Amino acid sequence: MLEPFVLRALAAGIGIALIAGPLGCFVVWRRMAYFGDSLAHSALLGIALGLLTGISSNLGTVLVCSAFALILLWLQHTRILATDTLLGILAHAALSLGMVAISFAGNQRFDLHSYLFGDILTVRMEDLYWIFGGGIIALTLLFKNWFSLLLMTIHEDLAKAEGVRTFWVNLLLMLLMTIVVAVSIRIVGILLITSLLAIPAATARQWVRSPEAMAVLAAIFGLLAVIGGIFASAYFDTPTGPSIVTAATAMFAFLFPIAALVKRQRAFP
Amino acid sequence: MKPLISAKHVSVYRDSQPILKDVSLDIGENDFTTIIGPNGAGKSMLLKCLMGFYAPDKGHVTPRVGLKIGYVPQRLTADPTIPITTRRFISQRKKVTKKEVLSVVEETGIEGSLEKPLSVLSGGELQRVLLARALLDSPELLVLDEPAQNLDITGQLGFYKLLDRVYHERNLSVLMVSHDLHLVMSSTKNVLCLFKEVCCMGEPRVVARDPEFVSLFGDDMAQLMASYQHHDHNHGHDHDHHHDHVHHEQGRTITQMPVSAQKVGHKDHA
Repeated sequence: MLEPFVLRALAAGIGIALIAGPLGCFVVWRRMAYFGDSLAHSALLGIALGLLTGISSNLGTVLVCSAFALILLWLQHTRILATDTLLGILAHAALSLGMVAISFAGNQRFDLHSYLFGDILTVRMEDLYWIFGGGIIALTLLFKNWFSLLLMTIHEDLAKAEGVRTFWVNLLLMLLMTIVVAVSIRIVGILLITSLLAIPAATARQWVRSPEAMAVLAAIFGLLAVIGGIFASAYFDTPTGPSIVTAATAMFAFLFPIAALVKRQRAFP
Repeated sequence: MKPLISAKHVSVYRDSQPILKDVSLDIGENDFTTIIGPNGAGKSMLLKCLMGFYAPDKGHVTPRVGLKIGYVPQRLTADPTIPITTRRFISQRKKVTKKEVLSVVEETGIEGSLEKPLSVLSGGELQRVLLARALLDSPELLVLDEPAQNLDITGQLGFYKLLDRVYHERNLSVLMVSHDLHLVMSSTKNVLCLFKEVCCMGEPRVVARDPEFVSLFGDDMAQLMASYQHHDHNHGHDHDHHHDHVHHEQGRTITQMPVSAQKVGHKDHA
């Protein structure tokens, strides 16, 4: 019989995997892994904001991550420094600020470890509302803008010439990532969120011939990793985030060489 | 008739350095305008302004209401991490019927590339695919940014021949940035020679003799261009009259290049 907390964690994980799959494809295609990582680092400041002001840490995270994305867009626009430099500055500034702020809050019960690596015991009903509410909004926006996003990813100017407002679509993609980051912290943790986006999509790449198939397969791989990881975490009492990522990596490591072999077979029968 | 796009006194500055200075230009119906100029002359920026990607710091660009533009970028670096076939890419985000796709595919001769992933196409195939995509909506204006820049010479000849045919068969206008002026000589009606500002503009034969053009590109380029002139009974009384006739046949060979050369064009680097 499953404990209620395992059920809650499973529900949360499933919700996250469903949105992380399609969005993760864009992380892979548009090389946004480092951006996702930086965004997640800045989430700690959002959590600190939640602790200090008493607002929900989910809301605090969405606010801080959105501000992070906007500041980054603006700094990119000035073209003075390269994006990876900007991300390096912003991410670690936000992380440090967050840690400093948390130490000022002086909350003895604050468990940094659970925020960094995720903890299924911390998933409350409120988090489920956030995950499914945010997830449905994110998926809807993603599907509505799917073709524009895809064309923009293939060629930015081509998309512009065909009427895609690339600035807004780019901003939308960043905001979707902030939603996913914010709602995933409970389960996978700040340090590992990017891998939940990137690994299932990367695993799916070799098995598909269309972008949509990649999104669906990535969601399926994500689901399997999350379910496997949560059960392992509950059974072996391992940290949740690392268990999920280990499961995802195992799938990747198992399927990658097989796909390569199948491709060779097809190329040289 | 109102021009398709009208640019008036367009200036663009970056870090207070002028990129474009007071450029005025009208693109009319059934025009074929080629923009030439050395690197850093602001050619791409002018295209961006004309297509409305970039608002000029001074002056304004007015497109005709509801103008349909087909855009062919310089190159497409098809990323192998995106799984997409050529067929899917062509009609991506376009509301077109299968029949329309088929007719454009035939027109550009890309039947063989359709089922291949976009990322395995050669440079020549990719440019044709981009042209096919640009033609899908039946645009009134085709904008090309150095479309044959990355092709070998056979690929360039094939691409320009195809473009020439498209221009003549469809009632559209072409606006192109190109360094290969000697190759598009016979198709283009107008040449705009740009170096931050409009140095000279007009029919190719006139531009080729303009002192501004000669000072920008040197005598050799002017000679080369003059040698590719189209035959024209009204070219009148200048000294190069005889010259034109001598090299006339060369000009013909370019425009009547055999179809087989198109197919060879696919052989360039993958």
